[in-house]
Amino acid sequence: MMKNDASALRWLMALALLLLVGCAHQPVSLYQWGSYQDQVYLYFKGESREAQIQALEKDLQVMQAAHRPVPPGLRAHLGMLYAETGSDAKAQENLLAEKASYPESTTYIDLLLKKYQKQVALP
Amino acid sequence: MKNILQILAAAALILMMTGCATTPVAYDYSAYKASKPRSILVLPPVSHAPDIDASPSMLSVATLPLAEAGYYVLPVAPVYETFRQNGVMVAEDAQSIEVRKLREIFGADAALYITVEKYGSVYQVLSSAVIVSADAKLVDLRTGEMLWQGHAQASSAENQNNGGGLLGMLVSAAVNQIVNQVTDRGHQIAGVASVRLLSAGHPSGLLYGPYNPKYESEK
Repeated sequence: MMKNDASALRWLMALALLLLVGCAHQPVSLYQWGSYQDQVYLYFKGESREAQIQALEKDLQVMQAAHRPVPPGLRAHLGMLYAETGSDAKAQENLLAEKASYPESTTYIDLLLKKYQKQVALP
Repeated sequence: MKNILQILAAAALILMMTGCATTPVAYDYSAYKASKPRSILVLPPVSHAPDIDASPSMLSVATLPLAEAGYYVLPVAPVYETFRQNGVMVAEDAQSIEVRKLREIFGADAALYITVEKYGSVYQVLSSAVIVSADAKLVDLRTGEMLWQGHAQASSAENQNNGGGLLGMLVSAAVNQIVNQVTDRGHQIAGVASVRLLSAGHPSGLLYGPYNPKYESEK
């Protein structure tokens, strides 16, 4: 009787353990996000562009140090901030980095590069 | 004693067998699977909420879940500026531009049309809650065909237990990153709603995109 109780209890504990670990496959995030989404929100709220540039440059350093891919859009967003604050070379550098990491962005980045270079209206 | 333990063991076994099983859904993914979009253009969200922050707030939290699902997401702020500089000042107008034109300008495979239904405080008898709810539609920009649609809601009043797993992790990531710098409750809840609405890997949700190792693993 005692023995059966003990074996049933062992079973129960083993099952409980399985239950606990069963669904938890290690979740892996594809990207480090830093403050990218916050900076986008602060951009829409009209906050300081310089502060956003500083925060994103810091995020980029952290991502590069950790050898993690930069999330889609971050370099293009940073490029836009540089273009708005008159740093054309930095704007171009970041837009080209976006295009190099994500070829899906080519059509749009080429359009931005043209726009920031000539400051002409779109077709 | 022995009987109770056996019953418990049996109950645990049943729970274990059913616990991880996702509920079967009749969602039709055939057009989505045929389309295989790699990149998503998030159009400025239409908002039916009185708070003017609703649309920009939802727009600024859309990238994280879509990119984690495995898609290239066009940079939302530059896209927004491109619309404005071309005289498209309101979200309704951006969302009614024909797909051929969007494809030509932005080069994206698909566009996401978000409508914010609720954004902000809802006062109830005993307490108030911040609620954000939104709908989304994914449309193929090459054919104009609708690939997917979904709805999600999040509330400050609910128990923020997201049950672990990838969705839970993304929700915590979205909330934590917002808590760090923005002390805006509506925006925090929008982050949760966005992850629920736009994550892959749950029933009736988006499919994984090409940057996710689970791409094309769905049956």
